[in-house]
Amino acid sequence: MTQSNRLNGGLINRGKPLNFNFDGRTYQGYEGDTLASALMANGVRFLGRSFKYHRPRGIFTAGSEEPNALVELRSGARQEPNTRATVAELYEGLVACSQNYKGSLRYDLLALNDLFSDILSAGFYYKTFMWPAAFWEKVYEPIIRSAAGLGRLSGEDDPDEYEKGFLHCDLLVIGGGPAGLMAALTAGRAGANVILADEDCRFGGRLNVEQEDVDGKPAVEWVEQAVAELTAMDNVRLMPRSTAMGAFDHGIYGVVERVQDHLHTPVEGKPRQTLWRVYSKRAILCAGATERPIVFPDNDRPGVMLAGSMRAYANRWAATPARMVAVFTNNDDGHRTAVDLMAKGVDVTAIVDARLDAPTLTGVRLISGAHVIGTKGRHGLSSIRVRQADGREETLACGALGVSGGWNPNVHLTCHQGGRPVWNESIAAFVPGQNIPVGMSVAGAAKGLFSTEDALRSGAEEALAALEILGIAASALKLPRAVNSAYNLQPLYHVPHGKGRAWLDLQNDVTVKDVKLAHQENYRSVEHLKRYTTLGMGTDQGKTANVNALAIMAELTGKSIPETGTTIFRPPYTPVTLGTIGGRTVGKHFHPTRETPTDKWAREHNAPFDIAGDWMRARWFPQPGETHWRQSADREACNVRKNVGICDVTTLGKIDVQGADAASFLNRVYANGFAKLAVGKVRYGIMLREDGACYDDGTAARLAEEHFVITTTTANAGAVLRNMEFARQCLWPDMDVQLISTTEAWAQYAIAGPKSRELLQRIVDSEFDISNEAFPFMACGSVTLCGGLRARLFRISFSGELAYELAVPTRYGDALWRRMLELGRGLGVAPYGLEALDIMRIEKGHPTGRELDGRATALMLGMGRMVSRKKDSIGSTLDQREGLTDPNGLRLVGLKPVNQSEVITAGSQLVNETAPVQIDSEQGHVTSACISPHLGHSIGMAYLKGGDQRMGEIIRVVDPVRGTDVKVQVISTHFFDPEGGRLRA
Amino acid sequence: MLNLQTITPLWGETPRVDRFNGLTITEVPNQALASLALRKGREDEGRKAAEAMLGFALPEVGRHAAEGLYAASWFAQDQWLISAETSEHELMSYQLVDAVAGLASVTEQTDGWCRFDLEGMCRGVFERLSGVNLAAMEAGSATRALLEHLSCMVICFETASHYSVLGPRSYARSLHHALVTAARSAL
Repeated sequence: MTQSNRLNGGLINRGKPLNFNFDGRTYQGYEGDTLASALMANGVRFLGRSFKYHRPRGIFTAGSEEPNALVELRSGARQEPNTRATVAELYEGLVACSQNYKGSLRYDLLALNDLFSDILSAGFYYKTFMWPAAFWEKVYEPIIRSAAGLGRLSGEDDPDEYEKGFLHCDLLVIGGGPAGLMAALTAGRAGANVILADEDCRFGGRLNVEQEDVDGKPAVEWVEQAVAELTAMDNVRLMPRSTAMGAFDHGIYGVVERVQDHLHTPVEGKPRQTLWRVYSKRAILCAGATERPIVFPDNDRPGVMLAGSMRAYANRWAATPARMVAVFTNNDDGHRTAVDLMAKGVDVTAIVDARLDAPTLTGVRLISGAHVIGTKGRHGLSSIRVRQADGREETLACGALGVSGGWNPNVHLTCHQGGRPVWNESIAAFVPGQNIPVGMSVAGAAKGLFSTEDALRSGAEEALAALEILGIAASALKLPRAVNSAYNLQPLYHVPHGKGRAWLDLQNDVTVKDVKLAHQENYRSVEHLKRYTTLGMGTDQGKTANVNALAIMAELTGKSIPETGTTIFRPPYTPVTLGTIGGRTVGKHFHPTRETPTDKWAREHNAPFDIAGDWMRARWFPQPGETHWRQSADREACNVRKNVGICDVTTLGKIDVQGADAASFLNRVYANGFAKLAVGKVRYGIMLREDGACYDDGTAARLAEEHFVITTTTANAGAVLRNMEFARQCLWPDMDVQLISTTEAWAQYAIAGPKSRELLQRIVDSEFDISNEAFPFMACGSVTLCGGLRARLFRISFSGELAYELAVPTRYGDALWRRMLELGRGLGVAPYGLEALDIMRIEKGHPTGRELDGRATALMLGMGRMVSRKKDSIGSTLDQREGLTDPNGLRLVGLKPVNQSEVITAGSQLVNETAPVQIDSEQGHVTSACISPHLGHSIGMAYLKGGDQRMGEIIRVVDPVRGTDVKVQVISTHFFDPEGGRLRA
Repeated sequence: MLNLQTITPLWGETPRVDRFNGLTITEVPNQALASLALRKGREDEGRKAAEAMLGFALPEVGRHAAEGLYAASWFAQDQWLISAETSEHELMSYQLVDAVAGLASVTEQTDGWCRFDLEGMCRGVFERLSGVNLAAMEAGSATRALLEHLSCMVICFETASHYSVLGPRSYARSLHHALVTAARSAL
């Protein structure tokens, strides 16, 4: 099929034709085309429907500022909605669909919306969908949800890989047009470490789309030579297809590189896109400028586009939107479009120039002092209505209209840290203000210097200035000769004549009428204007709409444009797919995992795992025939109390504490006393926050006079070490104490049960006496095992049985575990996991993170007397404040059901025996619960108001969500072996 | 005679080696490690006693030194990570304890860490994993760095071509996965 709107020349490769599919039809384009340019060349003008009114829309621009030509690119799981056809590089087999219609693009059922435009004006949803109330959930919400958004997601998981990266440089040059190329050349030749990034697939910026010479040769050739030189420099990294999307603190920029978006199928192992964090010492923003249109009635038809973009299509992509075009402009730059299109054989019916003194052009009709006041052509422009200064009107036939209202410097990144741009009257545009990110400077059109000559010079100058700050010697480059085209802008933002709606924000369907409505309803500040009308809130951030809208609001309020100001510019500059932000941390790699020394063995035995922080911990170890978790957990718990069980407790934090002041340091960090702990002994301890709440508990073992090893809960290991380091470095820097984590370094196993000593005796080398007399409850020391392996033994118990914890260097952990299971067979040894661990500790009333919930105090836990009044420790003062010592405050108690077949559920609320189930009946809540295999019924631990004085009382455990209500008796938390005799056996 | 087998951080009997186009990543489990921390008011004495055993001066901030049997990396203020081959010196940290005789604090760290050595075209891997400025790291430098959310230590033996990455042992599989994924992407 011939490409009826294809022109000659351009930067496309006719030797590489490409087939692609749009809305079910096949077309052909060439390498170097974008999807938009290829569609344009094939005469396709109508690309989608607008957001609210479902009006036909076509290509408006040639860049990433595109508001209209949004398509669903690719199909299946890789389908990406709202992709700009103007920047999608064409490849063989590309598939795309238009968006936002019901039925077909051509016959969109929702085009009816346009007839109701009066009702659907800005903010209509604040005034509707309220009556009847019942309609909201079943009628209005579903309708709104289905009407919302533009494109559709596939609903499938994103199958592509994404990556994060980190780059360092002396100078980051953002934008590879004339200014950026000169800056990179200047800095590159000086030997600086340079990164040059451009969102386009080729460097050159406007030099790729204008018919002009640089240094006596076509601009494109000059660009090629510059790029070749930069490519050869080892100290310069070129990053095409890379958008600097945000300016973050400390000279860090976010740069999204589209690594494989231009390929049909990404190569496996390599990312589709990479989010680079660029650490720059200096940066130069050479982001160019974006053209703005002039606003007039019915200015949104397919075929109406920016004048600069129209000639970009002709010059770079050898495509024209129509064979007969017109231009509407308020400046000299718009005339270039007429010149370039005529040079390619396109008819230009007229240049409609708003300026009375507009310069004439040979070969084309000029209508000066005139405005376009209307258009015709539903699915594509067919004619424009022109009104001259004296009021005469005429209709001109044309298939496309290039509109130029002036150029806006792309100041966005200068404002990402809260700065505001300033208004430059001479070019009627915002330029970077004073308060721009540290280390950044601006060059070229981004600064308001629009001619090529100015841009080249500006880029070189800023680079020299940056190099001087960096202390890198550099010499000025010889500036290439270039065009210094005139601008002569006479501001015109919207035409005062004509009938019909005039569009400002094409993507969000915001018209001049909407701005007037906002003003009328008193939403006059620029921030209110934006949010009330949604102008600038689309995926294009209103790049082609904002300044015109501000101008109109300024007119209405009688203020100037600078007085009206802008809203805040925020990253990202263009949309970033969430996968890129996620990088490689998706799915099971969302966070790194930590494996215990018994992980291999546990997997071999099909243990299910729980994730605690990053740790994978086995919940139980199923035996053949066991189908329910309680069968396994109860068996394991019973086996511990009857024989001996072993459990991997490596995950609990271990911190090595040494130094002359180790003991007194611990004395300040723990609420209870440690200064007098004897060598060879372990003690249970609690740690308070400064505000008096108890936040962790553990043990401290004194291995030597100046050497302790303390343990923490699994979840708080990091926090405890952090707090202790803070205390060491900042609170008491004069103390001689050294800390280091040994959580990883030692595999630690609990060995618990009446036969635990016997098991130990089979592995501890015979020269060590671990009898009850030699190694009593709460003893600790170094031993060797299995013929000389260094180990540490602690006689502590979480289960309430005769128990020990044994630590060996982690590399021996797997072998030791297997050895214990082997040697302990005759003793009935079995491993036990988290569930059994929890059952047994609840039976003994031991608190865990469930009880240490951030609000618990020592008093609440029944450990009030553990907070020593004889010495100062963190939190001990505020522990005594009035609010925390109320005798009717919450206290930890045990609960057992009156009817022993009933179950207590953790998280349930407590109410008095006859109280109604409502909020003011609340007496506390259940923190932990289990069905005890040893006691034969459910038990719970709970916080109860004044609970220590209510022993024996009958109350109720209620869960209004699940509808349970169980009578329980308040008892001690020491459900099992309350005297603790089993511990000391 | 000690009759228990060891296992590597990646759960092997022998260390794992991964080869890429121009890069090798090798698991290095045979290092005995110890943390050496000087004591307040006795810094000079502790340093001297340690250096007497090591045979070289403890390195400055951000540096790594190695000579003969031992190596040392600066770890924190007045703190170093000392290493030696386990095959001969598994009990190195206890020898160090004896050598400093209470003038400094020594803690065994052998199994606190897993280590992967990268040899060859290393730049692309680090660019994808860490904010460490490789160009600024010369041979003999050691720096703490975050790699894929993991607090690691990176030692440079030769700029651009030979590095050690130490990470917490329990995270070995995750760290290894991150390294090989980055290598596969870069090369």
